[in-house]
Amino acid sequence: MEGILLFAMEHGSLSDLSASTFSLMDEDHTLANSVRFTLNQENMDSSVVDCMGCVLRHNFYAYDMLTVRPRVVFCGYSIPHPSDNKVNIRVQTTGTISSSLSDPAKDVLKDALENLTQMCQHVRSTFGKTVDDFKVKNQ
Amino acid sequence: MSKKVSALDMPDVPMGQLPEHLNRQRTRVTCNADAPIHTDAVHYSGAYSLMGVDNSMGLEKFSKNFKVEIVRLSEDEIEFDMIGIDASLANAFRRILIAEIPTMAIEKVLMVNNTSLIADEVLSHRLGLIPLDADPRLFEYLSENDVPNERNTIVYKLEVSCKKDSPRNTVKTNQLKWLPNGSELEMATLDKSAKVKSYTSFSCSQDSLPEISKKPLGVKHDDIIIAKLGPGQAIELEAHAVKGIGKVHAKWSPVASAWYRMLPEVVLLTEVKGQDAEKLVNKCPVNVFDIEDLGHGDKKAIVANPRACTLCRECIRGVNEELVELGRVKHHFIFTIESTGALSPEELFIEAVKILEEKCDRLLSELS
Repeated sequence: MEGILLFAMEHGSLSDLSASTFSLMDEDHTLANSVRFTLNQENMDSSVVDCMGCVLRHNFYAYDMLTVRPRVVFCGYSIPHPSDNKVNIRVQTTGTISSSLSDPAKDVLKDALENLTQMCQHVRSTFGKTVDDFKVKNQ
Repeated sequence: MSKKVSALDMPDVPMGQLPEHLNRQRTRVTCNADAPIHTDAVHYSGAYSLMGVDNSMGLEKFSKNFKVEIVRLSEDEIEFDMIGIDASLANAFRRILIAEIPTMAIEKVLMVNNTSLIADEVLSHRLGLIPLDADPRLFEYLSENDVPNERNTIVYKLEVSCKKDSPRNTVKTNQLKWLPNGSELEMATLDKSAKVKSYTSFSCSQDSLPEISKKPLGVKHDDIIIAKLGPGQAIELEAHAVKGIGKVHAKWSPVASAWYRMLPEVVLLTEVKGQDAEKLVNKCPVNVFDIEDLGHGDKKAIVANPRACTLCRECIRGVNEELVELGRVKHHFIFTIESTGALSPEELFIEAVKILEEKCDRLLSELS
C-alpha cells in the first residue's frame, strides 16, 4: 500500500467488529477531542432498545432502571508522536450478543461524526441568526 | 421483593435528578486558593445511569439548550457568549480560528534592488506579516506545480528611494502598489528569440473579475512602517501573495488572537456586613463586589459584577474564614475574536464552524 496516503485506517479484529482503533492522518486535537465528546453521547434510540431489550435484560439486572442505553464502553484518543500528524481514536462498543446484533465500532464512529456535523450546523445557524438580530437592533 | 428499588432513591433526592453536590461537580469548576478542582467534564452519557439520570448531551438536548448572546460587535472585534456547548467544541473552534482558516499573505518576494539597511530576508519577512485586505474565499491555493495566475496570486510592487541630500524617509505600507495585471518582471532566458515570459501568467486583469472590482485589493492598514531609507538608498521589489493557513506560518492567521474564558461565578458563603464588607469590596481590583445599604448605617456586600472576575484570588488570599467561593460555569463560554481585517469577526467564526464540518465530512467519506 505504499504511495497511497490514506486519511483513515481501521485496526481491529475481523471476527469482533465492536472494538477497533482508527488511525487518522492530518488530524489533531481539534477533531479528535470533539469526536470523543460526541462518541460519549452515543445512545441507542428506543426503537433499537425494544427489539434488543429482551435479550440484554439477562445481562443487566438493573436494566429496568436504566433510562440511558449507551453504545460505547470506551472511547479515547491519543497522539502517538507530536511530530507525526496522526491521531489514534479507540472505540469499544456494547452490544455483542451475536454477530448479527453486534454494534460495529465503525458505525458508532460514523453516527458520532454525523451528530457532530449536525451540532455544527445548529451552532452556525443560531450564531448567524443572533448576529443578524444584533445588527438590526443596533443598526 | 417484586419491584427493585435503587438504594439511591431516597425521598429527598428523587429519581431522575442528581443530588446537589454532584450536580455542582458536574456543572461548575470550583477555584480554590491553591488550585481548581472538578475541572474535567463528565462526558459519558451513562455516567449516572444507575441513578436514573441521563447525562447525555445529544443533538435534541443540545439544540434546545444552545444559546448565543452577543455582547459587542464592531468591524474588527466581537465578544459573544456561547451557552450550552462543551469545552471540546469551543476549543476546536478556537484552534481552527487561529490555525486553519485560510488568508492571503505575501510569500514570494522578487528583489530587484535593495540598498537599504534592512537585509533582503528581513525585509521579506516583514512584508509577509503585513495584513492584506483580500477575501481568501475568492482565491485558490497555489501548489508547487501550479502556474501563478490571477486566481491564486496577488502581485504587489514596492519602488521607493531616498534622494541624496534629503533627510531619511520612512517606507510605509501605503507605498505598496497593487498590480492587477500581474508581474511586470521578465524571466531571464538564454533563448533570445523566444517570447518574453513574466513570473506570473495572468490571463485577464484582476480588476476585471466581478468580485474583486468592487473593492481594490490593498493592505488593511496604511501606516505600518516597512523600512527606513537614508539618503541614496532605494528598494525595488515585487511581492507575490498566496493563500495559506496559520498552521504553516503564523502570517496566515486571520485573527489577532481569538480566545475564550468560562463564565465566572462568585458566591458569598456568609453575610458580610459593615467593616468586613468595606474591606472585601476594596480588595477586588476589578470591582466584582459592591456595597448595598441596608438602612440605619448598616451595609452588606453583594456580588455586583461576577463577569469581571479575573481569578486573581485576592478575596480568598490570607483569610481565616471563607467568605467567598470562586467558580466557573462549565458550559458557558465568553468568546472574543479580534480579526486582522481580511474577514469580519462574525464571518471568521462561521468559517471556523464550516471547517469543522468539512473535517467530519472528509472523515465520514473515508470511512464509508
